[in-house]
Amino acid sequence: MKNPEILTCFQCGTCHASCPSGKYTSLNVRKIIRDSTRKDISEEPELWMCTTCYNCQERCPRGIKVTDCVLTLRSEAVKKGIILPAHRKVCAFLIETGHAIPLDEKHNSIREKLGLGMPETVSKYPKALKEVKTLLNSTKFPELVNE
Amino acid sequence: MKELSLFLGCLIPNRYPGIEKATKLVLDRLDIKWSELKEASCCPAPGVFRSFDRTTWLTLASRNLVLAENKNTDILTICNGCFSSLMDANNILKNDETARDEVNTHLKKINMEYKGTIEVRHITEFLYREIGAEKLNHAIEKPLELNVAVHYGCHLMKPTKDRKLGGAECPVFFDELVEALGAVSVPYEGKTSCCGAGGGVRSAMLETSFEMTGYKLTRMKKAGVDCIVNACPFCHMQYDTGQAELAKAGKKYDLPVVHYSQLLGMALGYSPEEVGLHLNEIVNPEFEAKIRLIQKQDLSAV
Ligand code: SF4
Ligand code: SF4
Repeated sequence: MKNPEILTCFQCGTCHASCPSGKYTSLNVRKIIRDSTRKDISEEPELWMCTTCYNCQERCPRGIKVTDCVLTLRSEAVKKGIILPAHRKVCAFLIETGHAIPLDEKHNSIREKLGLGMPETVSKYPKALKEVKTLLNSTKFPELVNE
Repeated sequence: MKELSLFLGCLIPNRYPGIEKATKLVLDRLDIKWSELKEASCCPAPGVFRSFDRTTWLTLASRNLVLAENKNTDILTICNGCFSSLMDANNILKNDETARDEVNTHLKKINMEYKGTIEVRHITEFLYREIGAEKLNHAIEKPLELNVAVHYGCHLMKPTKDRKLGGAECPVFFDELVEALGAVSVPYEGKTSCCGAGGGVRSAMLETSFEMTGYKLTRMKKAGVDCIVNACPFCHMQYDTGQAELAKAGKKYDLPVVHYSQLLGMALGYSPEEVGLHLNEIVNPEFEAKIRLIQKQDLSAV
């Protein structure tokens, strides 16, 4: 990753010490920041263990946008075709329905019982869904995330 | 200030519609002018789509923003993820001409143009800033004498530079909103820590995400609270389904999970069913009985 800001990192470890995920997983964001200046870390599974909570970014004494760096590193990995199967599925939902979590039968009937009817979203308006699909094709998202 | 368009997102209409209903009830009751943001899509979710492809994330977000621009309304979100995506995208597009031009070349294909004329709000900060805790306290009918674990959720407060809701280490505004309803916000260890759901961790590493949830739940339980109050359906789902999952492994918490819209709804006199509390996985009859008892008390006698 090309980002001059992270060269100011002095490896204090405040980021890692603040990381909720690092308590339970092998994610060490201090190491991610260091390694990203030296080599391609697109294959590191730890990139996907971050909950994007922003603790590290808030507390970094050098003002490094640590969480944003993780996001950038992830998108670099995705460009190389590295994307977890579960995340491909979420992308497929978005491409197909315009929602990451689409409406299903069960919740549609719950809505009816609550007197809500169909949500006023792309779920209800085919023309709107078509617009979303046009935009996704325009940014070449399906090509990026499909296997 | 402009009128508001209610942005539903995915999780609330499609998994926790009770929160949608509660929100609409309280907006009407408080005489806040709102209408549906028709034809909106996924915000799109910041933790996943933003990290997969920034341009796609910005472009889909811009379409949602333009839907509101075309009605000349601000956007009201009821989810920290939607708030984060739409506010961040709006800030980027207002300030970065290159990003704006790029997005507009895509939007042109559906005859839309991003102009940067509206703001993105979250229901909690909207109520806090535009009505205020004190006035809200006067508006409620049933002070909810409950001990509550307040969970802000990461993207409501952070990045603090963009959210401008104060510091994230010891935030106060949401606690004040909760206490305005007669509840006590009980301090607990790890209060500002993440629920574990964000960043695609829940979808790809469910068990790991529930370990983080368990960390929080154990500390909330220890603090002796009646329920958890959140501002985000993703945190809501994580605590609700997380408890159901952890119970299978013998860890029982039985903490009802309540979105602020639902809590406010009950303080305004709507029943637990009317705000959809029974639609959670974790249903605690004692808690609902307590609410009903509070709601039955004749306040005019006090
Ligand atoms: S907190 Fe900042 S300076 Fe310290 S190790 Fe992390 S990135 Fe480097
Ligand atoms: S944003 Fe990610 S890396 Fe940073 S503290 Fe949170 S979980 Fe850890």
